[in-house]
Amino acid sequence: MELHRFPGGIHPEEHKKESSSRPIHAAFVPKKLVVPMRQHIGQPAKPIVRVGDHVLKGQMIAEADGYVSVALHAPSSGIVTEIGLASVPHPSGLPDLCITIATDGRDEWCERTPVDWRNTDPAALRGHVRDFGIAGLGGAVFPTSIKLDPAGGPAIHTLILNGGECEPWITCDDRLMRERAEDILEGARIMQHLIGAEKLIAGIEDNKPEAIAAMRTAAQKIGVAIKVIAMPTIYPGGGGKQITKTLTGLDTPSGGRTTDVGVQVFNVGTSYALSRALNHGEPLVSRIVTVTGHVLRPQNYEVLIGTPMSELLLHAGEREGLTGIIMGGPMMGFDVPAMDVPVVKASNCVLAKSKELFPPRPPEMPCIRCTQCVPVCPAELQPQQLYWFARAKDLGRAQEYHLFDCIECGCCSYVCPSHIPLVDYYRFAKSEIWAREKEKRLADTARERHEFRLFRLEREKKEKAERLAAKAATKKAEAPVLSKEEQDAKKKLIQEALARAQARKATVTPKNTDNLPPEKQAEIAEIEARRAKIREIANQPVEPEKP
Amino acid sequence: MTASAHILEKNSVSRVMLLVLACLLPGVLAYAWQFGWGIVINLAWASVLALALEALALGLRSYPLKPFLADGSALVTAWLLALSLPPLAPWWLTLVGMIFAIGVAKHLYGGLGQNIFNPAMVGFAVLIISFPAQMTQWSAPLVLASHPLTFGESLAFIFGGGLPAGVTIDAVVTATPLDTVRTGLLQQHTLDEIRAASSIFGSIGGVGGEWVAAGYLVGGIALWALRIVPWQVPAAFLAGIWLTAGFLHWADVGRYAAPWFQIASPSAMLGAFFIATDPVSGATTPRGRLIFGLGAGFLTVIIRVFGGYPDGVAFAILLMNLCVPLIDAWTRPPVFGEAKKK
Repeated sequence: MELHRFPGGIHPEEHKKESSSRPIHAAFVPKKLVVPMRQHIGQPAKPIVRVGDHVLKGQMIAEADGYVSVALHAPSSGIVTEIGLASVPHPSGLPDLCITIATDGRDEWCERTPVDWRNTDPAALRGHVRDFGIAGLGGAVFPTSIKLDPAGGPAIHTLILNGGECEPWITCDDRLMRERAEDILEGARIMQHLIGAEKLIAGIEDNKPEAIAAMRTAAQKIGVAIKVIAMPTIYPGGGGKQITKTLTGLDTPSGGRTTDVGVQVFNVGTSYALSRALNHGEPLVSRIVTVTGHVLRPQNYEVLIGTPMSELLLHAGEREGLTGIIMGGPMMGFDVPAMDVPVVKASNCVLAKSKELFPPRPPEMPCIRCTQCVPVCPAELQPQQLYWFARAKDLGRAQEYHLFDCIECGCCSYVCPSHIPLVDYYRFAKSEIWAREKEKRLADTARERHEFRLFRLEREKKEKAERLAAKAATKKAEAPVLSKEEQDAKKKLIQEALARAQARKATVTPKNTDNLPPEKQAEIAEIEARRAKIREIANQPVEPEKP
Repeated sequence: MTASAHILEKNSVSRVMLLVLACLLPGVLAYAWQFGWGIVINLAWASVLALALEALALGLRSYPLKPFLADGSALVTAWLLALSLPPLAPWWLTLVGMIFAIGVAKHLYGGLGQNIFNPAMVGFAVLIISFPAQMTQWSAPLVLASHPLTFGESLAFIFGGGLPAGVTIDAVVTATPLDTVRTGLLQQHTLDEIRAASSIFGSIGGVGGEWVAAGYLVGGIALWALRIVPWQVPAAFLAGIWLTAGFLHWADVGRYAAPWFQIASPSAMLGAFFIATDPVSGATTPRGRLIFGLGAGFLTVIIRVFGGYPDGVAFAILLMNLCVPLIDAWTRPPVFGEAKKK
């Protein structure tokens, strides 16, 4: 098969051997599991258990909230001890809603019911996929059920199993393909069934020959018609648009998705999880995680979702001089805010840092427009211009220069001789644009509401006037003309009523404080004074505290 | 907390700048070999000035000294300016040029990476406008000089202005071949007459100058091979010179020098590979670089032939620097998956 070269890319040191030589170590059960509700793209899951509930492994503990969402399950059996904010692996460092489970050590499964996917209605099947908690395990964690829905989109002719795993250090997909290729391919069968793609291709970078061989053997053994292709090792060759270009030669349109050219891409881990779910009834409660970098025994673990990363490090042999943890690879991963944040569905790698392996970034120098970032950009952007626009907050120009085509692969920040963390600038510009768009949406809504209110008031006024006019007209027509005496009698009645009211006003209504002893009165006066003082203080502008 | 790559290629601004200096060496060596010690002294003097002025400017702007002095950009400016000046230029000429290059063109515009104009060329432009006499006193090639200056004599001349007893200024300095042609044409001589009247013309360009130009060419190709400069700028710059000069030469052989003569001058080669390629003040897109280079080459010849200055490279590049934002905006290449415009 002819391979194509996607633009850009780099060749960083691979560091795969450290962790790829040992087999996947079976899951261990930590004492405590912290399961964040927001592990996928879209709406966070909604908890359906209460504190104190006993849960079994695989039991749903939070349900999908809407179409773009997936369910969550207890990774092991135990008791729900807390539902509240906890530290999560997110670059923002902000805590998020989590369900904490104290495990009982029995790791007892709930009843597992496989789905007869060949004889299930596709919509119902996708519902199952969502309720089994399947999301993309390559890192983006997009709900798989949506990607498996061909409705409305362009017809998909090619399904790609992504075994690129182009980031340095990470080997979880490599080991998974070597050890569990059959389940991966069974998953691909289900995907093909739902999407209806004619062609099935697995793209694996050529630095994983064992995985390529294992996938080919398994395909033959279980009879899956798939082309297993060895791709050249270039970062970021495992990106969705990049692997599509490499294997099919198709250019995904700017601002579009690979589905626009009839290609759908799934990570091999996702395919594996899909097969485990539908064929074996196991929801997504664990994933393969590469634990590597500055540890004694770098290797892959099958890790229960919610396992604290610090415990994983203990298992892999923590070493002196640990300076932090990157979740993901060194190119696109991020520093986790705390060592004990839980492993989530997106955690393909827990990379322990040391000063030697990951020296701190040298100080940022000014951009000299050398454009070394241009030829490495896989989106063929002008990173140096985007950097200027982001710095100047010239967001309009940034969008004109296709900021949103940036896949944040980090190639530009890898080659930059001025050591500028370029991706940070692009992320900043993107979030600024999102924030402004949201603001604009809100302002638009507010303005519409206001305009409608004015319109409504005007309309009501008009209607009232019309009503009154109509009423007055009928009244005029009907009203009996009062005689002079009748008018005088009416006036007299009014006069009398007014006099009565004035007399009542003259006799002052006593206050409930009038009859209190003087001490109490003084106390009340003092309290009133204090309240006045507090009000005064409260109305003063706040001054920053001086250190 | 960063989301950008946690690993870096071994690269830095200092490395880029040092490689530029290293690639200037073949030209510098040829220069010293053909024209004597003057250039060596002037390079050293300009380097000292560059570091001192850079430190002063950084101090005034409260910038950290170490990273910015170590980036090497001031040294590159110093070398480019010194190589553009007559090699026996008096010390104060270099000083004035460097003050404008580092102080005005670089730091008043915001320092490294912010300058619109090439700093060395701004320094050069100020000098050639303000001190035209000193700027045309070029060292004669050693083979033609009746009294080649020794190191000590060069030093004394640059810093004191004195010549050894019995040596007149005409024995030491001469006009450049380009200047000779320009002045000759002004006096209504034909090209052949001018060439016949002067011994300064070599086989393609000027005696000695050809070798310097060749040195720059060698260093420039190395710079391209090291991926420090893109091929578009030097290629387009030289093509711009060749095409413009070629057209004029074809139009009037007796009046306009051959294109190879224009290209074989040291300033053209230095400009093509080391000055027009300045990333900060140059265009950044591939097509933009072609336009930038062609424009600079065209203007170089026009200014050389029809202008009032002995050389046109500096003004040509400064004029094109002005056009860079426009060129970049007009030539943005299509991104991946964007409909290629036909």
